[in-house]
Amino acid sequence: MKSMKSGSNLEKVIASGNPAVTAELGPPMSASPDEVVEKANILKGCCDAANITDCQTAVVRISSIAAAKIALDQGLEPVMQMTCRDRNRIAIQADLLGAAALGIKNCLCIAGDHQSFSAAGRLKGHAGAKNVYDVDSIQLAGILKKMRDEGLQEGGDPLHESPEFFIGSAWTPGGDPMDFRPYRLKKKVDAGSDFIQTQGIYDIEMFKRQMAKAVELGVPERTAILGGIIVPRSAMMLKYMDKSVAGVSVPKELIERMLKAKDAAGDDKKKMRELQEEEGKKIAVELIKQVLDIPGVKGVHIQAIEWESAMEGIVKDAGLYPRPQL
Amino acid sequence: MIVGSQKPFDEIWEMVKDFKKVLVFGCNTCVAICHSGGAKEAEELASKIRMKASQEGAGMQVDDLAVQRHCEPEYFEPEMEKVRGYDLVLSTACGVGVNFLSERIGETPVYPGLNTTFFGAVTEPGVFVEMCAGCGDCVLHMTGGICPIARCSKTLMNGPCGGTDEGKCEVSSEIDCAWFLIVERMKKLGTMEKLLEIKPPRNWAPGTHGGPRRMVAEHIKDMEEGEAQ
Repeated sequence: MKSMKSGSNLEKVIASGNPAVTAELGPPMSASPDEVVEKANILKGCCDAANITDCQTAVVRISSIAAAKIALDQGLEPVMQMTCRDRNRIAIQADLLGAAALGIKNCLCIAGDHQSFSAAGRLKGHAGAKNVYDVDSIQLAGILKKMRDEGLQEGGDPLHESPEFFIGSAWTPGGDPMDFRPYRLKKKVDAGSDFIQTQGIYDIEMFKRQMAKAVELGVPERTAILGGIIVPRSAMMLKYMDKSVAGVSVPKELIERMLKAKDAAGDDKKKMRELQEEEGKKIAVELIKQVLDIPGVKGVHIQAIEWESAMEGIVKDAGLYPRPQL
Repeated sequence: MIVGSQKPFDEIWEMVKDFKKVLVFGCNTCVAICHSGGAKEAEELASKIRMKASQEGAGMQVDDLAVQRHCEPEYFEPEMEKVRGYDLVLSTACGVGVNFLSERIGETPVYPGLNTTFFGAVTEPGVFVEMCAGCGDCVLHMTGGICPIARCSKTLMNGPCGGTDEGKCEVSSEIDCAWFLIVERMKKLGTMEKLLEIKPPRNWAPGTHGGPRRMVAEHIKDMEEGEAQ
């Protein structure tokens, strides 16, 4: 096996040729580590690494670096997310050194939801906050690469020890303007992204077309693309994502399948939920298989949002269990 | 132009209510064009304050005046004696005007009647849109003439984030996604390849992040000094 960039478990699984599985763990609005510990123990074993989100939806939560360390201590490998929203390049690099010193080996570079997002208006958030966006996500990937491969800070000063991160970026293949998205993916890889996690895919045909373009650009041989799967939990959730989540479109058939599952429960609310959740897990498994069949795809990034308990069954049913021990 | 909008009247009243002799001082350049601080608006605001003062039983003299520009002394110097005769100048110029007058007026306080908002253009009658952020390091030749600093909510330099939806920004469906516009424009110009280069982290120092800015037009300075000799 060629020498590792970071030696992270995720990197090893990708290098081994097995389809990689990442999951997502959203830290809570709490000073207690308990929820992170609990979620980490549910996800451990179901994935090769789990993303620890960085104040997702622009709401204050346990910082991604601290939550990543808590997860790591539980035996779950973290992918620490780092947004450009809240830190300038000085703070970002300081946090990267700190994260590396704590044993964190994967980092996902993202712009981050704008501070006005406030959990899509469900929470107060901090819409009046001043944002930073000193660098963008592509520049951030470049900073990580420069620190790792050249031992230099962005400004040029040397580091005594380089942080050895496996560098990740996000990709929204279905985002506007769609014909530019494969090129933006290429830029992310040119900047230094070792792996890519995509926005949730429901429209497999669209993803196939975008992947074919990515293949044309020679991207998949230079990075590991993990297709995003957001496990649907209800017809309402699918409709919401189709209508309101940028870059996500949900084919009618999937929404209809969920509605059918819901209707089969009659007036029984509990059953309505159970049947939709069962159908949602089935849909997730099908999507995983379809995504993994697309040329150039090296794994899946499965998000069972606030529903970590669903992960194990899904991974098993998709034939991705147990995870390789490398 | 510099775009500003009048502060809410309640806020203005809180500022002025304890003064006896107030001048509402308008500026007839940018803020007149955006209908918020020119001679007409200064006159209307003075009248509104007089009415409120009368309702509240506050004995207050409120006058109005406007000059062509608040950012060059030659326009307001001739009126300075008049302006100094008040307890308060409520300026409806942009923030530049308020600062500049404050430094020259002596003991009289100068308060802002406007919130100065941005550098913008009139996209349709009554609609003003931000188009430049005065960042000090223009990149418009690389982005099809559409500014990612002023017009992208995240000041991104390398293309659209995942929040673009049908050409609109994730912050609001009222905001065009700058990067959507840039990509479409570059396609039309046949210069898409420029967008494939990675733009490195910016030097923000020429913007407000390098401290307050100053520009010296050497040729003008030299010419003036030459004439003085």
